[in-house]
Amino acid sequence: MKPILLQGHERSLTQIVYNKEGDLLFTASKDHIINVWFSSNGERLGTYSGHNGSVWSLACDSQSKLLLSGAADNTMKLWDIKTGECLKTWEFPTAVKRVAWSDNDNLALCITEQRSGHQGAIRVYEISHDGDCKNQPDEPITEFSPIGSKATVAAFAPLGHEIITGHESGKVALFDAKTGEEIESNERAHSGAVTDLQLSPDGTYFVTSSKDKTARIHDTKNLAVIKTFTTETPLNSACITPLKPYVIVGGGQDARSVTTTSTRSGKFETRFWHRVFEEEVGRVRGHFGPINTIAVHPEGKAFASGGEDGYVRVHWFDDSYFRSRPYGDLEPAD
Amino acid sequence: MPVAVQENQPSSSKVNGRTEEEEDLEIDYSEIEEKYAVSPLDGFDNVLVVDNVPVIDEGKKKKLYERLRSTIAKAGAPLSGEADAEGNFSDMVMPWDNEKGESKGYMFLTYPSAELATHALRCLDQVLFGKNRLYVNRFGEIERYASMNIEEGSTPKNWPADSQAVDKEHLRSWLADPQGRDQFVTFRDTAVEINWCGRNATAERAVEPNPKWAELFVSWSPLGTYFTTLHRPGVALWQGKSFSEPHRFTHPGVRLVDFSPCENYLVTFAPEPIVASPQDPDSPPDPRKFAPEDEGNHIAVWEVKTGLLLRTFPGEAPSPPPPAGVDPKDLPPPRKLAWPLLRWSPDDKYVARCLMGSQISVYEAPTMGLLDKKSIKIDGVLDFDWCPDAELSANGKENMLAFWTPEVENQPARVSLMAIPSRTTPRQKNLYNVADVKLHWQDQGTYLCCKVDRLNRSKKVNSSNLELFRVKEKDYPIEAVELKEVCSQFAWEPKGSRFAMVTTSEPNAILPPGQLPKNNVEFFHVDSKKGIFRLMRRLENKTTNSLSWSPKGRFIVLATIGLSIKHDLEFWDLDFTTDDKVHKNETDPGANMQLLATGEHYGMSEIAWDPSGRYVASTASSFRNSPEPGYTIWDFKGQDLSRNQLDKFKQFLWRPRPATVLGKDEQKKIRKNLREYSKRFDEEDAAEESNVSAELIAHRRRLIDEWNAWRAKRIKELAAERQKAGLEAIPAVTQDEERETVEEWIEETIDETEEVVMS
Repeated sequence: MKPILLQGHERSLTQIVYNKEGDLLFTASKDHIINVWFSSNGERLGTYSGHNGSVWSLACDSQSKLLLSGAADNTMKLWDIKTGECLKTWEFPTAVKRVAWSDNDNLALCITEQRSGHQGAIRVYEISHDGDCKNQPDEPITEFSPIGSKATVAAFAPLGHEIITGHESGKVALFDAKTGEEIESNERAHSGAVTDLQLSPDGTYFVTSSKDKTARIHDTKNLAVIKTFTTETPLNSACITPLKPYVIVGGGQDARSVTTTSTRSGKFETRFWHRVFEEEVGRVRGHFGPINTIAVHPEGKAFASGGEDGYVRVHWFDDSYFRSRPYGDLEPAD
Repeated sequence: MPVAVQENQPSSSKVNGRTEEEEDLEIDYSEIEEKYAVSPLDGFDNVLVVDNVPVIDEGKKKKLYERLRSTIAKAGAPLSGEADAEGNFSDMVMPWDNEKGESKGYMFLTYPSAELATHALRCLDQVLFGKNRLYVNRFGEIERYASMNIEEGSTPKNWPADSQAVDKEHLRSWLADPQGRDQFVTFRDTAVEINWCGRNATAERAVEPNPKWAELFVSWSPLGTYFTTLHRPGVALWQGKSFSEPHRFTHPGVRLVDFSPCENYLVTFAPEPIVASPQDPDSPPDPRKFAPEDEGNHIAVWEVKTGLLLRTFPGEAPSPPPPAGVDPKDLPPPRKLAWPLLRWSPDDKYVARCLMGSQISVYEAPTMGLLDKKSIKIDGVLDFDWCPDAELSANGKENMLAFWTPEVENQPARVSLMAIPSRTTPRQKNLYNVADVKLHWQDQGTYLCCKVDRLNRSKKVNSSNLELFRVKEKDYPIEAVELKEVCSQFAWEPKGSRFAMVTTSEPNAILPPGQLPKNNVEFFHVDSKKGIFRLMRRLENKTTNSLSWSPKGRFIVLATIGLSIKHDLEFWDLDFTTDDKVHKNETDPGANMQLLATGEHYGMSEIAWDPSGRYVASTASSFRNSPEPGYTIWDFKGQDLSRNQLDKFKQFLWRPRPATVLGKDEQKKIRKNLREYSKRFDEEDAAEESNVSAELIAHRRRLIDEWNAWRAKRIKELAAERQKAGLEAIPAVTQDEERETVEEWIEETIDETEEVVMS
């Protein structure tokens, strides 16, 4: 499993996403640039330039037509994936930390940072797909600020009626996308900030990673914690592998505490855990800084990780990965 | 007593004195008798009986009276009577056995009023008088207790039902484990767990953890009987199979604990001075709490079984003032005695503490009185240690301690052995140019090694000497081993005559970060022909700075601890053989030494063998700011069996075991039949293994079933919801049909120019 190294960013990666077919990989970085790559060979297809600050988040729609991005320049932008043209820019009082599409591409959400008198807010926009898509509403259909700890990550639940959020306090909650009402919450889902939240292919469960060194699988319906994966390092990202019953997690010590260990790596490995047995099944080394973001190919054929070191590593799984059955016949249905 | 009988006479005579006539009349007197019955207690409310008074002869009577009266006065219930011409007191009567010419061992105290007597009873009961504990009762109650109609083992009537005798758990139940496993305790974050260490270091919970255990830190008593937890208000000891019902010892701010070798006494230390616990002035002083006279002390000695506070001691004495004409800055930093400050003789009989530079004080347990009422004055004494041989007193010999004094003016430095309690010094050795001496007893007390750091001409330490005392041989022969380097670590092989040490030629070098120290490890043994200590093997250029012998001897772990870049462990066998026989190689005694394995444990801070010598645990503790806390269990061959990296991991402690009760012959017999035992153990192991894997598979199957059931439910719900919303179900991701790759080449002509090339 030789990785493809994508060297197109000058600063650390913030989020990487595959498109639905898995042939394209979008990468966002603190160097203000968004890149798109052919995932099969690591060739760069193009860039989306226009942001004037760290790009914190990305989301690609299911048709691979429209790309959403949120950045530290207090804007969210909508891009035409094919041409690289910026179709719409929304401006906010604070930085945009997370963006997401609903599964039918009709709704988009963004989380804005809590800063200097502005509360952290979640806004939901209705995105029009008419014509050249340049005519987008300026005002959100819903805008709300979660009470208590600010939201750090969010995603639409299946069908787009609810929004799942992860918070700085470790809380995980479910909000109504139309009213902004809190439907369900699990205050003690994690004991540290939630750093990533990715859904299973059908959206009925999701995995969260946290600074508390654990990743957890939750039931989307009632937010119950189904599985817990305990590691020794703060985690920045986690995702669920289709086809094989694993979750992939990654993270690492903060940059400032890394220097205390001289000969040892700072545990910058992507780690595979069996998602039913909660046991670690494998590790992939390579990054020389904390891993900030992990994305898995929608068909489970590959995964990519983006690190603090500025590199993206794309790994296509070998045949042996698909053949291997570390627990023999004991495999879950999906 | 005779008085009481007389007083009772009327009532009894009345009963017995019925005339026949009266009996014939069948008059029932019982009512009247009941009404006028004289209780034995009446009229003697002010008299107390004191038991367990020393039995003495006539000559000591006066002195005893004096001491008793002063003790009673000190306890808070003084007697006011004056002595008559013969030195007797009217309010303190001690019955006398005239035949033997001795006292009978008890006495009567008469107080002016019943209230005063009640108060005195509270004050005096359980008070220590020399070695004797006084037991005080009301005069009337003696009669009542004596006439109690109770059989052996039965409880008296009217006792509360819950005071029924309850069988306590066996204190050493863990030794009866059919598989002979050892226990260990782990302390992580806010959880303390006690586990069995199974085959291949699989941990199995031994007892339901108690959340109260985790506060400051935990430890085991030296024979493993008591599990000790430290809390802000004091120490708690937990025992028995379930570790319930703690014994509590209240010592606020306690930071260190130590047990006497036989676990009879507990020593606690707090950096803050003791404050007397507030007490109800009406109640007697609680012998389990600090009294006003304990204030300002730091160390407390307790009796484990009763929980009584025996004595308190001040902390470390201030260092002596520098000699005249010497600048205090020129002096080396004041030496500090290592914990434990109170050191027990191996049989728990004596406890000693050293006042550095002047004396050693030996106290007798349990009275904690100074032995022979005076300390042992030794000018300049800096350190001492008891001979750990517990058999000494059983064999009719005296306990022994070793101490050393540095060079003072023209006096040489000196290491001495002293017998206690006789205070004779059977052996001394003078030493010159001494910088420091460390005393290392072999664990059976057979040898004593004094590691002497020598000063060279320029007053720097650059070599060490070993002075080896053979304590069990006649006249205590001493052998000196001169080293060319400085010995930084020294360790005797347990139950053996070999020792290992770490030496270095640059003891004072301050290493730049990233550079490794150059140490050597040397092994010595007793040469079988000459009978003297000889070098057995020298390992050069090692980073080793820690030596850990197996408790059974033969195996040793050399480790590098506390460096930022090296964290290795080496497992050595000193008697390596391929068959079961021990080969003695006369020409090269070190030839049988074999490195079994090497390992690494990043950031480890401690190494500990289990008491059976089967496993070694290396611990990286967050107490020592290890960057990767956790523990690893290795077998004695150096195979890592279980690696546990745990956030906020603090402590790993093996539960110690008491010495075996089997005699030498029985042990030999077991060793001889080892092959047969091992056959049986192998079978058991195999059975267990298949059992475990079956259990694990069943557990996993259950997890899979739960997961599948939950998934099926959610998938169905989602399909229904999507149908309601008029959407198709999401196709599941499958490892697909071959995908067709369409490559489209688009050729775009950007510009076309025609040039005519002239030829």
